[in-house]
Amino acid sequence: MSIRLRDLIKAVRACKTAAEEREVIAKESAALREAFREQDQSYRHRNVAKLMYIHMLGYHTHFGQMETLKLIAGSGFPEKRMGYLGLMILLDERQEVLMLVTNSLKMDLNNQKNGYIVGLALVALGNICSTEMARDLAPDVEKLMDPASPPYIRKKAALCAIRVVKKVPELLDQFVTKAADLLNDRNQAVVLCGVTLMLQILELDGTLVDKYRPTVPSLCRILRSLLQSGVSPEHDIGGITNPFLQVKLLRLLRLLGRGHAESSDAMSDILAQVASNIEANRNAGNAILYECVQTIMGIESIGGLRVLAINILGRFLSNKDNNIRYVALNTLAKVVSVDTQAVQRHRATIVECVKDADVSIRRRALELVYSLVNEGNIRTLTKELLDYLAVSDTEFKPDLTAKICMLIQRFAPDRRWYLDQLLAVMIQAGAYVKDEVARTMLVHLTSTPDLQAYATRAFYRALVSNVDGAAPTLLRAAVWVIGEYGEMLLPSMGGPLLEGEAPMAVSDAEVVSLLETVLRRHRSEPVAVEHVLTAAMKLTARLPAQVARLKTLIARFTTSAQLEGQTRSCEYGKIFGHERIRPQLLERMPALDEAEYLRTNNLEGPPSAPGSAAPSSGGARRANGASSGGALVTAANTAASASAATKAHTGSDLIAGLDVLGVGGGGGVPAASKTLVDDLHQLDALLDGVPAAAPLAAAVAPAPPVVTDDLLNLLDVGLGPSPAAATPTPIADPMASILGGTLTPMAAPAAAVAPPVPLVATATAASPSAPTIVAWQQHGLIVTFTLVKHPANPACTDILAITTNNNPTDITDFTMQVAVPKFMQIKLEPASGSLLTARGGAVTQKMVINNTQHGVKPLVMRLRIIFNSASGQSVEELAEVANFPPGF
Amino acid sequence: MIHFVILMSRQGKVRLAKWYSTYNMKERARVVKEITPMILARPLKLCNFLDWKNIKLVYKRYASLYFVCGVDAGDNELITLEIIHEFVEVLDRYFQNVCELDLIFNFHKAYYILDELLVAGELQEPSKKAIHKHIHDQDELVEKAKNGTAEDGQAK
Repeated sequence: MSIRLRDLIKAVRACKTAAEEREVIAKESAALREAFREQDQSYRHRNVAKLMYIHMLGYHTHFGQMETLKLIAGSGFPEKRMGYLGLMILLDERQEVLMLVTNSLKMDLNNQKNGYIVGLALVALGNICSTEMARDLAPDVEKLMDPASPPYIRKKAALCAIRVVKKVPELLDQFVTKAADLLNDRNQAVVLCGVTLMLQILELDGTLVDKYRPTVPSLCRILRSLLQSGVSPEHDIGGITNPFLQVKLLRLLRLLGRGHAESSDAMSDILAQVASNIEANRNAGNAILYECVQTIMGIESIGGLRVLAINILGRFLSNKDNNIRYVALNTLAKVVSVDTQAVQRHRATIVECVKDADVSIRRRALELVYSLVNEGNIRTLTKELLDYLAVSDTEFKPDLTAKICMLIQRFAPDRRWYLDQLLAVMIQAGAYVKDEVARTMLVHLTSTPDLQAYATRAFYRALVSNVDGAAPTLLRAAVWVIGEYGEMLLPSMGGPLLEGEAPMAVSDAEVVSLLETVLRRHRSEPVAVEHVLTAAMKLTARLPAQVARLKTLIARFTTSAQLEGQTRSCEYGKIFGHERIRPQLLERMPALDEAEYLRTNNLEGPPSAPGSAAPSSGGARRANGASSGGALVTAANTAASASAATKAHTGSDLIAGLDVLGVGGGGGVPAASKTLVDDLHQLDALLDGVPAAAPLAAAVAPAPPVVTDDLLNLLDVGLGPSPAAATPTPIADPMASILGGTLTPMAAPAAAVAPPVPLVATATAASPSAPTIVAWQQHGLIVTFTLVKHPANPACTDILAITTNNNPTDITDFTMQVAVPKFMQIKLEPASGSLLTARGGAVTQKMVINNTQHGVKPLVMRLRIIFNSASGQSVEELAEVANFPPGF
Repeated sequence: MIHFVILMSRQGKVRLAKWYSTYNMKERARVVKEITPMILARPLKLCNFLDWKNIKLVYKRYASLYFVCGVDAGDNELITLEIIHEFVEVLDRYFQNVCELDLIFNFHKAYYILDELLVAGELQEPSKKAIHKHIHDQDELVEKAKNGTAEDGQAK
């Protein structure tokens, strides 16, 4: 027996647990299914009502969808009323069942006897109409907008048309004039719906504005009539006649007046009247004023009118009601592009709103502040915002921090201020400062020598005052700066203090102590450790008296469990063995190309300050890169100086392009960049005539595989007779790939290389380098092997064999065969050719060797080389290659 | 336009939900789930607007019920509040001092009233008096039909 809807609701409400409720619903659903199966007609509409209730509780009701259609297809009004309601609640427009209702809708739209049935159909169509239905029923809807229909139908048809044109914009044309016709209706509801439809049409097709402009006078007339109080008590809300219609009219006027002086002029009187006559003591009045202000600011209005509007906003802003302040901020945000001056007047109030208790208001205010800031007020506004940052809610801090950083970067009046403010942000909310911000700052610092000492002192102070709590961003930046410019902390080295700076007496021992403290407190953060190690290494060249202590500090990590830290510790330890080149290896970072950095990273930077180096001026700023380039030029005498210059340029660009060394990038990036610089210096040293330095370079310089390879090629250029072999491009490419890949490519080879064998012994092998060996050299031919370990499998080695002919004559029919012991597998690819042209002609051949006894037995192989010499004589040579570096 | 109207109790129970934009059943459930805690957590004296995704929530609490509208970001928030208030006033007059229980037991009637107030997410009738008349007329039609069928039944 079916129960009443009321009883079902009561039963559900009586349930004490969710399980109980589920049981009641399951029982009722079963009963409903039964009823539906039996085609029970008398209770069908009660059953659908129950279904809706069950649906509202969140249970499945698919099984009853067809019942709503049956109700709609019925003839009685009660059934249809319930049926259409069920249709709107139980279905959404994407369900296919909906297709079945189109016919019933058409019938009902054309029902001549009962207007309310037409109304039901229109409401349903307006709320859930699908594209297909819109196409099928648009003519009927259009017809119902005719004056012949009663107002009750006309208004519903107009709104229904909104849904129809939204679904099928092609149908727009039919409704354009129909909508405008509704403006002349005597019923205010119909006018309201007509205006709403016009707004929708304009939203879909802005070009129709011209078509609707002639309606401006009648729109003004309607608005004027509404302003007279007491015209229509039925529509009165707190002394204001039909605020809904007034708001829509003002909105439509805005669209019609925008960018059109004539219409704007025609509506200015009525806008002034609205702005000055509407009482602002009720919500309805404020709603109209709010819309009116937007219209005044949105059209081509005269100055006086604008002043009126801005004054209203000023009143809104000082209102106690949060809603009103919210809309004021919202409007100001829209107006700020039109009239910045007017908005600036309210700056103090707006900044106050940033501190409001209400998150909606804070957000608006912050956005507004953001668009208000300029070079003139950045100092005061940033101070306000920083003050607020200290006390703001945690959830709001990320937003606020990002905005402040962006403002500082965009509007900083000078570099010192820029540094000061960013540092302040990092101290207060370092956790929310993005890495890019800190990196950009350091890029700028490298190119602003006058501020380096100042910045180092500032960072030192910041770090000392809070070693424990320093956010990672601050920590990394500070450690990096101390590593780079550490000696400037000493009063004797740092130059004069800047104006207003507190004097500071720091000894070199204290600097090292600070690094030690950082290590102690942040031992568990690999990135911090890595930064400290690099900084410590750099400081060995800056603070000679502390070398011993720094060395101990670095050596402590040779047994660290953090791979990257350990690698660095081992590598840096090795550098102490080469005292001659150590100072050069650890030279300061070259000034980085700011413009390039900002461009490639799509960032904003501060304007370059007077006195500091201009962003794109090259030259002296690249002192470091240029000097290595210069060395190249002198050493490679054979190379044309022009091409060498290009190379030098590329070299320094590489460094500059490097994603700023350092900070933040975590693991590998600092090492990569540093090593590159190191490599260039190595190169210097080598070219200056350190004999047989190639293995040393391979062992010491912990460069990423490809880079060393190319650098060594460069080396070949210097020594070999053919400078053309190494063009700048191959240098640039591997670097680019390393940069592009940030730290992952670095980490991978490092991880792959370190085997579980005694640590110090593997220190050299652990360097993720691509060593090159000379495998064979005779008859004016040189065979070199470039070895690259497989990142995933250390037992596997890729070998690139390059055979170069240094004879004055061609070599023909060159072949090379390779044999390996049984415990190795070899895959030899075909050579790139068999002809070696005179003076520098080369053939390359790739092979992959898998040493199954990796770590036990080293690589070894035998070569058989056959070729025809210039005299046509066939030569066959056998050679054993056993000089593979340890670890292969 | 108004994308949805949701009435919820202070405990977060949905008492009425009307969708004017296309949301499938899953999305509807998600919207309700996401906005409920946001609205319920806001202290009374804060403003009645809340940014949520790309739409704006305009809400107002009447006794134990929250009336929530999701509107376009560019809509007039204040007039939306006025629409909510109009809805409440009509309900109040229809149920004579409306309370949450009225809406629980007569949810379908609340929907009928809403359908006389809004169509396609836009206000269709600014006059409370007109809405009453239309609702009243339709209720009468239903009553008449009921009695009619009852009489028919007796006649048989």
